[in-house]
Amino acid sequence: MLDNLIRTKGRADRRGYTLPKNDVGETNLEKVVPKEALRKEKPHLAEVDEPTVVRHYTNLSRQNWGIDTNFYPLGSCTMKHNPRANEVAANTPGFAGLHPLQPEAQAQGALQVMHELQGFLSEVSGLPAVSLQPLAGAQGELTSILMVKKFFEDNGDDGRTTVLVPSTAHGTNPATATMADFKAREIGLDEHGCVDVEELKELVDETTAALMITNPNTCGVFERNIKEISEILHEAGAFLYMDGANMNANLGRMRPAEAGVDVMHFNLHKTFSTPHGGGGPGCGAIACSETLAPFRPDPAVEKEGELYTFVRPDSSIGRVAGFHGNFGQMLRAWNYIKMHGPDLRDVTDMAVLNANYVRARLGGTYQIPYDELCKHEVVVQPPPGMKALNIAKGLIDHGYHPPTIYFPLVVKEAMLIEPTETESKETLDDFVGALLELAESRPEDLEEAPTHAPTRRLDEARAARQLKARW
Amino acid sequence: MAVPQDLQYTKSHEWVRVESGVATVGITEHAQDELGDVVFVELPEQGATLAAGDSFGAVESVKAVSDLYAPVGGEVVEVNGMLEDSPEKINEDPYGEGWILKLRISDEADLLSAADYERLLEGES
Repeated sequence: MLDNLIRTKGRADRRGYTLPKNDVGETNLEKVVPKEALRKEKPHLAEVDEPTVVRHYTNLSRQNWGIDTNFYPLGSCTMKHNPRANEVAANTPGFAGLHPLQPEAQAQGALQVMHELQGFLSEVSGLPAVSLQPLAGAQGELTSILMVKKFFEDNGDDGRTTVLVPSTAHGTNPATATMADFKAREIGLDEHGCVDVEELKELVDETTAALMITNPNTCGVFERNIKEISEILHEAGAFLYMDGANMNANLGRMRPAEAGVDVMHFNLHKTFSTPHGGGGPGCGAIACSETLAPFRPDPAVEKEGELYTFVRPDSSIGRVAGFHGNFGQMLRAWNYIKMHGPDLRDVTDMAVLNANYVRARLGGTYQIPYDELCKHEVVVQPPPGMKALNIAKGLIDHGYHPPTIYFPLVVKEAMLIEPTETESKETLDDFVGALLELAESRPEDLEEAPTHAPTRRLDEARAARQLKARW
Repeated sequence: MAVPQDLQYTKSHEWVRVESGVATVGITEHAQDELGDVVFVELPEQGATLAAGDSFGAVESVKAVSDLYAPVGGEVVEVNGMLEDSPEKINEDPYGEGWILKLRISDEADLLSAADYERLLEGES
């Protein structure tokens, strides 16, 4: 791969451009740039003609594997289709050309979009206050827990040292608690794969700041005791935070505030169809109760009379993003919600139906550890004697991005499949067909997979042990 | 999977070898097999004091990160520095070169015998 970099192509002094004749006077660089800011050696840039540039990047893009090329059932990541109508909205010149330092008076349309999106997320969550600032899900988590921390600090309660995290949690949850200087404490599961309420009762005390719950959890199972869980926490003066990674299972069906959630994050790049991961910056918007609202990041958008304006909440934890967050993602999510209107809940119904269809078709061949109605994703295990890793690599040969594997950690050889609502029955049937065919393989035949991909099986252990982040 | 008879074990799959008041600790063959290829080991500082059951570090594999727990209480007298550059020793030789740390025991704890640990593994499979 590394011998195929653009810098290895072309020839010294080859140029793919012609600049007009310079009609301003030349200045010596050392006169205008401080010496310490000048490079000591020339940058090693590609010296290539235009067709070489175009072919190089076109060929690279054809090796891309994404939601635009293939079915991508990556559990807990909600890799749904990114509607092109979102792009039309985002490319409207009035929005696309906005400068982040444009005065508020000249950006009223953009502020209106942010204000309305705050309102939509408030309606979906039932929580009155929203911040669109966090740039990703994990940052939304951290923002939420920092708000909880500042609440206790401002109230002189310095004994809140612990954040509880279920054993099914995304790894970012304990990481968030630790980053916010809390001690993360794991809590076990009951026979349904849900938070063990009895254990919770024993663990919660005056040192508990919050519980971080994901609902539905990463086994795809709805945390049916969430109301009781919130009451146990509230009685001890602690907060219930909800990781909203799995909100695609809840739209219009479960309002977190009604289940006692105090603060949560959304992933606009999951639930609300904005581009995802390497495809673009994300948005980890948060929603919270009146109690936590004063601690939201700076700025929030408010409407004063006919004008929209940026305000700093009274006891704000401060800024978590440069300028105003990832506005392009907010605009796409606003567009997505407006397109669905009151039918937004159909998204959830279809996502849950698709996941249960996959569960029903795989059951009997694959093992289903929690074999009951699942929400938007389902965790399965390969037939005895087969490894999730080998099935995943085999799926690449069938033209699919593998599902999440070895997560959640509580299920051995876990394969976490999230089809999303945007896939047709035909796509799901083909995918299930591939999984059933792989299950019939001799385990040793899959050890070499993938055999038809541009690269064969990568040595993941060596890549991690001898990390080379640059060449 | 053979369980060495001369060692003691924990439910969280650490092994312990006690020699003149010092406990050498590692993870078992079963644990390394479940984890898969180990890519990083987080070790405690030499001189740190641990209570039995304390988390003292973590083993990261291509699949997951797992906490390590002190089987007995005591002061860390030595850590296996070789694991920094060669974490694969845990996979290759878990009971030998893949040892993780040595504790001067100040607090005994209930450990499993080899026979108890074999029964635990049978129950898990």
